[in-house]
Amino acid sequence: MALLEVSGLRAFYRQTQALYGVEFSLDEGSITTILGANGAGKTTTLRAICQMVRTEGEIRFAGEDITGLSTEKIVALGIAHVPEGRGTFVRQSVEENLQLGAFTRKDARAIADDIERVYAYFPRLKERRAQQAGTLSGGEQQMLAIGRALMLRPKLMLLDEPSFGLAPLIVQEIYGIMARIREQEGASMLLVEQNANIALNLADHAYLLETGQVVLGGESSIIRDDENVRRAYLGY
Amino acid sequence: MDLFLQLTLAGLAIGSIYSCVALAVVMIYQATDHFNFAQGEMAMFSTFIAWALLGVGLPIWAAFVLAVGLSFVAGIVIERVIVKPVENAPVLNQIIVFIGLLVIFNSVAGWIWEFTIKPFPSLFPKDLGFESTLISPHNLGVIVLTLAVLGLVFAFFRYTRIGLAMKAAAANPDSARLVGISVGWMLALGWGLAAAIGAVGGILVAPIVYLEPNMMSGVLLYGFAGALLGGVSSPGGAVLGGLIVGVLENWVGQYVPGGAELKLTFALIMIVGVLMFKPTGLFGRVVVKRV
Amino acid sequence: MSRPNPITPGLVIGLLAAVAFGAAIPHLVTDFTTYQFTLAMIYGIALLGLNILTGYNGQFSVGHSAFYAVGAYTAAILLYHFEWNHYATIPAAALVTFFFGFLFGLPALRLEGLYLALATFALAVATPQLLKFDLFEHWTGGVQGLFVLKPDPLIEGLSQDQSLYYVTLGIMLFLMIVAWTILRSRSGRAIMAIRDNPIAASTMGVNTALYKTTTFGISAMYTGVAGALSVFVTEFVSPDAFNFFLAVNLLVGSVVGGIVSIPGVIFGGLFLVFIPNYAQDISRLYPWVPPPWAIFGIFLILVVYFAPYGVWGGVERIRAWTQRRAKG
Repeated sequence: MALLEVSGLRAFYRQTQALYGVEFSLDEGSITTILGANGAGKTTTLRAICQMVRTEGEIRFAGEDITGLSTEKIVALGIAHVPEGRGTFVRQSVEENLQLGAFTRKDARAIADDIERVYAYFPRLKERRAQQAGTLSGGEQQMLAIGRALMLRPKLMLLDEPSFGLAPLIVQEIYGIMARIREQEGASMLLVEQNANIALNLADHAYLLETGQVVLGGESSIIRDDENVRRAYLGY
Repeated sequence: MDLFLQLTLAGLAIGSIYSCVALAVVMIYQATDHFNFAQGEMAMFSTFIAWALLGVGLPIWAAFVLAVGLSFVAGIVIERVIVKPVENAPVLNQIIVFIGLLVIFNSVAGWIWEFTIKPFPSLFPKDLGFESTLISPHNLGVIVLTLAVLGLVFAFFRYTRIGLAMKAAAANPDSARLVGISVGWMLALGWGLAAAIGAVGGILVAPIVYLEPNMMSGVLLYGFAGALLGGVSSPGGAVLGGLIVGVLENWVGQYVPGGAELKLTFALIMIVGVLMFKPTGLFGRVVVKRV
Repeated sequence: MSRPNPITPGLVIGLLAAVAFGAAIPHLVTDFTTYQFTLAMIYGIALLGLNILTGYNGQFSVGHSAFYAVGAYTAAILLYHFEWNHYATIPAAALVTFFFGFLFGLPALRLEGLYLALATFALAVATPQLLKFDLFEHWTGGVQGLFVLKPDPLIEGLSQDQSLYYVTLGIMLFLMIVAWTILRSRSGRAIMAIRDNPIAASTMGVNTALYKTTTFGISAMYTGVAGALSVFVTEFVSPDAFNFFLAVNLLVGSVVGGIVSIPGVIFGGLFLVFIPNYAQDISRLYPWVPPPWAIFGIFLILVVYFAPYGVWGGVERIRAWTQRRAKG
């Protein structure tokens, strides 16, 4: 069953149009990646799903149309967005950031358990739990951002360029943890990346975005192995 | 020496009231990047509400609690209804809205209750059980009560979920939305709290300066001076700033010739001085401007 | 790069008609109404000062009442203590207020937006107390203030009020033309560039500091001239007349007329003189109606919500809209 179905999605920043009819879907339990060059509209797509920009068209989450809902309501439905640039609450501590991730939840005991689970995935965060989040390194902040998203117990995670600005080793570490998260939590993920290689290794499906439209879609293994596609669209 | 001690303690008392106003100013500033110019008049109006409640026979502490509670609600309503439409408007428009609010509160208060000066009873009994020439019962009560209120506020922000959410919403509204916080309602809550704290300040100062619609303009100015001195990004600094300003005001009033009559000018000089020489205040953070 | 000449035949005819109408007014109405129109023009001049600073240069002042006071007291002191000729006090007031404005403009350089508003707010609140200060009492008359007399008519056959009207009209038109000339020149563009993007302006070689302080001075000067003229008309100065609510009045007038406009100040001035009277009449008739200031406050908020560009801004929008329609 498709967890997320997007059809005819147009998105606007004030008067400027950024998406021109994006169409894709994501199945429950799968990881789908959206690839494309700078300015293709990848971040806009994620923002559109969270209704942070003006949209036209349909976005269906678990069968329900979520266009027109406020961002807060969409989060409460179970969509956790790890934004571009991490979006950490820099003046709050690591632990407070995680607590904020669970803001919409009411079950205090389970929240405490989940914090420990996040620390299990990211031991480095546990070491720094009382530290101000702004003092963490880029990689640690990315881990914190993912951890915060996990605190929601999301049905769907949106991740915007988790590899951005990070050293390759850290990127591998994080992606390894994301693979584990997928296995153990069964979380569905929509992953936006410029680093096509590493995204295609993790994802089941891939879509290619070019100037606000989907130009290619399919199983990531096929796209990854197709030399022409790689050279034409992905640059390697 | 006694005089100096008396002055200083009285300064701390009035300074505590300035701290309330300064804290209210800083809370709204932190959440919204606005200076609420109407803060003083709102506090004055709350005090009149308390006075009206006294008039129908409520005991003073009941009137106090009820007036503060009503102010809390009023603050929320004002933010949602009047301030929200100019949330993203140019700064000048926002300033004008606050000044409009100031004018409305001032003139409506005068319309309902007139401009004649009224005595306002102190929350605190005149008989404390011990004698002190150093500080009046009211002033002592002011210091203790304000410390208690401020302590509650700090505890709220430090130890509660909503307090954390409010801080998060102020610091990073986009991320706050992404964890499901309704930023708009956090703003409204901030205004409610600020209005309530302001009401406390007004009810505490009324016995000293007497109740009339213009009683808060000087207090507001000193509150701003205290907030700037402490640093508008630091609630703790704002409180300290208020205390310092209160003490300085008393010292200047006594020891500087002509100082007693130029209290507002003193506040003006402080404000301009701090803004010019240490705009982040004693405890504030420097904000780097990116082009 | 050529720019369309804004001086069209239509504009010239319109202006001449307006001036002719303005010149005719004193002969069409009573002396008291003439006095009211004079007051409206005086406000207009004060508003011009505020518009130049806040509308065109982006420096927020909610304390222009202070400069109005300085101009008024300068004129009153020269008239009362030194028996100067009335009209000679106007340039004196202009000079003094320019000086104070420039002086305030110096610390203002460090203050942006909200902080400058705060500083000017403090200035406005502190001004009446400063004027009552007993060290200055000999000059200012302290709490009681000073009484002066209206100037004699300049031309035989005119009443005092009528003569004052024409003097004010002449000064207002002159100051409007000066403002228009400055704002259309390179300096004017620099002034507006500083409002829109100060960092970019300074990287383009504009001496932002000099422009900002000078603009502050000019703005204060205009409002100070208005203050001086107001003394002729009201025959009286006292500290409490120059309190924060005067600053609010000026802000209201600017916003209503259109804070980024020159002709708009006329609407602003008329609004400030006539509307409070109507509001008070209505208040008296219907006791459940809130007092004039409350209505002012509500009005201020509504204008900001629905028409922040003011009357003149509205006129310009209509003009732009009709031009777009004409082009098809």
